[in-house]
Amino acid sequence: MFDKLPSITSFISRDRNIGRLLGVALFILIILSILNPGLFLTVSNFKSMAYQLPEFGLLAMAIMIALLTGGIDLSAVGIANLSGVLAALTMIRFIPQGAAGWQITLVIGAAVALGLVIGAICGAINGFLIGRIGIPAILATLGTMQLFTGISIIITKGYAVLGLPDAFLYFGNGTIGIFPVPLLIFIVIAVLFALLLNKTTLGQELFLMGTNPTAAKFTGLDNFRLTLKTYMVSGLLSGLAGLMIIARTNSAKADYGASYTLQAIVVAVMGGVDPAGGAGTVIGLVLAMISLQFLSSGFNMLRVGGSFSNYFRELVWGVVLILVMVINYLDAKKRARTPQESGTDAKAQMPDTAAGAGSAQK
Amino acid sequence: MKKILRSSEFFVALVVMVLCIIIGLINPVFFSWENLFDLLRSGVVTGILALGCLIVIVSGGTDVSFATIAIFAVYLASKILIAWQFDGTVLVAFLLSAAIGTVLGLFNGALIAWFRLPTMIVTLGTSSIFRGAMLVFIGTFIINKLPQGILAFGQATLAQVSNANGAVIGLPVSVVIFFGAAVLVWLMMKYTMLGRGIYALGGDRVAAERAGLNVIGIQLFIYGLVGFLAGISGVVHASLVRNVNPFDLIGTEMNVIAAVVLGGARITGGRGTVFGTILGVMLVVIMNNSLILLGIPSYWQRAAIGVLILLGTGITAWQSKRESAANLLES
Amino acid sequence: MPDQILNVDNLSKSFAGVRALQGVNLTMERGEIRCLVGENGCGKSTLIKVIAGVVQPDEGTVTLNGRQYRQIRPIDAIREGIQVIYQDFSLFPNLTVAENIAFNYNLARKKQLVNWRDINRIAREAIAKIGVDLDLGAYVEDLPVADKQIIAICRAISQSARLVIMDEPTTALTEKEVRALFNIIKTLQREGIAILFVSHKLNEVLEISEKITIMRNGRNVTDGNTAGFDRASLVKHMTGREINETNAAIVPQAGNGSVPLLQAENLSCRGRFADVSFSLAAGEIIGITGLLGSGRTELALSLFGIRPADAGTISIEGRPAEIRSVQDAVRHGIGYVPEDRLIEGLFLERSIGSNIVAGTLRRLTRRGLINRAAVGAQIRQWTENLHINTPSTELPVKSLSGGNQQRVVLAKWLAINPKILIMNGPTVGVDVGSKAEIHQIIRDLARQGIGVIIISDDLPELLQNCCRILVMRKGRVLEELPTEGLSEADLTHRLSATAPAPASGTPAHSGQRKQVRPS
Repeated sequence: MFDKLPSITSFISRDRNIGRLLGVALFILIILSILNPGLFLTVSNFKSMAYQLPEFGLLAMAIMIALLTGGIDLSAVGIANLSGVLAALTMIRFIPQGAAGWQITLVIGAAVALGLVIGAICGAINGFLIGRIGIPAILATLGTMQLFTGISIIITKGYAVLGLPDAFLYFGNGTIGIFPVPLLIFIVIAVLFALLLNKTTLGQELFLMGTNPTAAKFTGLDNFRLTLKTYMVSGLLSGLAGLMIIARTNSAKADYGASYTLQAIVVAVMGGVDPAGGAGTVIGLVLAMISLQFLSSGFNMLRVGGSFSNYFRELVWGVVLILVMVINYLDAKKRARTPQESGTDAKAQMPDTAAGAGSAQK
Repeated sequence: MKKILRSSEFFVALVVMVLCIIIGLINPVFFSWENLFDLLRSGVVTGILALGCLIVIVSGGTDVSFATIAIFAVYLASKILIAWQFDGTVLVAFLLSAAIGTVLGLFNGALIAWFRLPTMIVTLGTSSIFRGAMLVFIGTFIINKLPQGILAFGQATLAQVSNANGAVIGLPVSVVIFFGAAVLVWLMMKYTMLGRGIYALGGDRVAAERAGLNVIGIQLFIYGLVGFLAGISGVVHASLVRNVNPFDLIGTEMNVIAAVVLGGARITGGRGTVFGTILGVMLVVIMNNSLILLGIPSYWQRAAIGVLILLGTGITAWQSKRESAANLLES
Repeated sequence: MPDQILNVDNLSKSFAGVRALQGVNLTMERGEIRCLVGENGCGKSTLIKVIAGVVQPDEGTVTLNGRQYRQIRPIDAIREGIQVIYQDFSLFPNLTVAENIAFNYNLARKKQLVNWRDINRIAREAIAKIGVDLDLGAYVEDLPVADKQIIAICRAISQSARLVIMDEPTTALTEKEVRALFNIIKTLQREGIAILFVSHKLNEVLEISEKITIMRNGRNVTDGNTAGFDRASLVKHMTGREINETNAAIVPQAGNGSVPLLQAENLSCRGRFADVSFSLAAGEIIGITGLLGSGRTELALSLFGIRPADAGTISIEGRPAEIRSVQDAVRHGIGYVPEDRLIEGLFLERSIGSNIVAGTLRRLTRRGLINRAAVGAQIRQWTENLHINTPSTELPVKSLSGGNQQRVVLAKWLAINPKILIMNGPTVGVDVGSKAEIHQIIRDLARQGIGVIIISDDLPELLQNCCRILVMRKGRVLEELPTEGLSEADLTHRLSATAPAPASGTPAHSGQRKQVRPS
């Protein structure tokens, strides 16, 4: 955990999932390029991926950090939409007709700040409910998902908010050189996020808490503040995702992207995040995201799914998630049987120890 | 007596009663037969799903796929019946849909029992698979011309009242299915070793294995039963709305889980009763249906449910946190 | 019915490369009372789990009532009449006392339906056998640990068993209750039931058993009639060497002036312990002992801020100290080596290094980022100082042996530079060699001026290392004994004696156990 950020090759060799997944994705890429070079390798195909994946990637990171602590954040999409709705309304209300450039910039800046602050506040609410009140993360964020989405619905009365300033839409649709702006934003955030997880006390402590919250408490870590900060970061990322969604689609809706939650969990688990907490890497997440996108685009190209491409994607992602978990299980079982390597059940190593007496204490 | 006062069921019952009185005071229509029938009608599907969900939660798991299974089962069953041009009794529809649901549920159960995978992640994955498979391979269009048996079942009523406008409001027969299922599940959970085994499993899995319980068998049964109940609820849903929309129901699993948890079931397993679950369903259904009676616009519904979930789970969580601090070593 | 109930033949079992059992043999006949003894980690519990069908052996066979098994399922063992009282009780916390007692009974009889009247009858009968009073309708999770142990015993004897295996069944029982248990064992014996009794309390072993099997490092080393053993020979066989049981306690350093390092006055925590006062000098090692549930762990947890005391004062180096959280405790230089290292002490899947620095990460940063060089230096320092034996500190801590794991926990606390170290069961689950070394480390730490509190029910450990021992019962400190001249038998008696009566203010009539309910 304290060695340098793993290089991609060492990472792949260490994490079998991603290795397998990348292998399959590359295989599909090659097969498809041979079978149908015109279609698959078109610029537009990659381009649409480059615009859509970033918002999803941010949500996936938001959910990932909650998973790392052994929790979950079902409300990420709700937070994104609430941030998006409030930011969009700010821009529409406060930019007067024929406003000067500086005025528009100012309001956009304020709207972006508002979106991020809302995200952080929503995250803090989650963190408080989970860390202080003691509601299990899945229930707390299930409730706040309804609440945040509900607030967006109340604000918009169920309608979409349309007509954002062009200068803002640039963040969702523009390019710098040949690189789409959202992709660049995503790369910057992903690097910062990886730094946060690997190089800061907060990051390392939240891994520890995710591995064993009881031991974390007994080590003197402040589990409540860690939980609070974790969900605030999660909320911040969700808020940013919300801003990118409205910048790309030029509209804010209370119920946009409901299926993102599930897909984000799939990507996180695929990318090596342990749903029980304590393990996972940003690079794994990103690779899993790209691989899965290749996979579903590939099937799409083959027209396997007919015209129902999005539904087919759901099917494929679900199958891949289950397969990965089953393979992991079988792998762990096989490794547990061969000596030398560390086993999966550490308690089994010392059957006569305090494990028995200790659990009796609870 | 003290035990009754301390039980979460008592607390939920109290909340439901207070809620009813408040709503009734603001708008007396709430206590009309018409409204009661309406509430029952809209609670039936949630109620049947909640029974399955309760069993899973008691066993220490979380299933988020049952709503998808419900719509999958009834959509496929309807397609099959239409293809057969079958127009006979609704029982065939129920059998077919329940069988499909059971198969899908057993698929969940197999993954969970044999591969020991985390239940929520598995059912998230399978619900994605089921939904994807349905929309890709079975269809995406609403079926409006349902088999006659289902439509007739939806129209059959136990009792009827006419409201002020002269419209006739009936109490659908499917209410019987819900209460029948509730009684059966209650008997199973309380008076069979299987039911007690489910509680034991949710209380301490290791102790359950040591006691000689067939944990794999129990888990297969649980998820199979959830699928079965989902299949039934799918047909009930179709009969009530008189069509099958493959985009329906999906998303309601969260409301159902909320109802079960509000009804006093412990999300970590081992605790929960049928009676509490019925109360929880009542709470959610009343909240969902009565905002309009209170003069609150319906777009407040979602936020209100959110607050309800947070209050319900928050109070229990806070109580158990204080209790464990006062009583036992908390970790 | 064959006379031989159990025959374990050449049993071997490894966990992830660690050999827990190697060629173990064991035979039990009708009406036999046999004790299984051995140090922590010698394989006793694994052997029991294999017999009970919970763990599958790698090699060897188990024969129950003449039927040979390669793979036993728990239900097979139960149907063959094997009942186990597990060390962790293995109860269902969410079910009532009655249902817990009757659960296995119903299951073993392949009952499909539940008759609640039967359940209550079975439970009442079992409880009457032991002669205790329990609320049959109470949920097990609400009960104190001693009641749980009694329920586990009731459950085992409610069956028409052929062999009852008791894994440390007396850890939470008072002397009176132990008497009752021994009487039950004798009754069961007369009914032809065999008892396999596992305990580390040697006087109990010598008293109740007729035969003894001694295990060491996963093998059975000796087998024979109890009459042929005494304490010394038992200890010798268990440890494989002569252990000097003399008092090796160190004399407290007087160097730090008259101000005690830690002074607790009238500490109370509702429902856990009451009116506890003691003091600890710098460089001193004191012991706290008592039965499971006596409040010994609860007191430690209060001093460490996990569950702060609600009355009384703590002062450190003469200054009053508010300890409301673990963070407070750490700020005051208090470290705690927990009883359950796997759950409370270690991050098993994380590396040895990250475990060592887990509590000090915040001190090892530069400009907001973790200072890798400082982290590496600290890991190296403690790995070397405490002789943590590993090829690499990058390996997960779960790859280490019990003794090395305990050193990692110690290293984590030494890294904060503590003044006071509370060690709860410091050598539980640690092999003999490591045990002596850990004791040496503790004494070295004391010599450096750290005040050490050892909480343990391993009486020789306390007698060897501490200069004073506090005996706790029902949440109160009964007496404070200087170790000098104190014998183990003496201490044992004081530990579990029903008398002397608890201090005033505790009404004697209303079911003693219900007054203070520490877990």
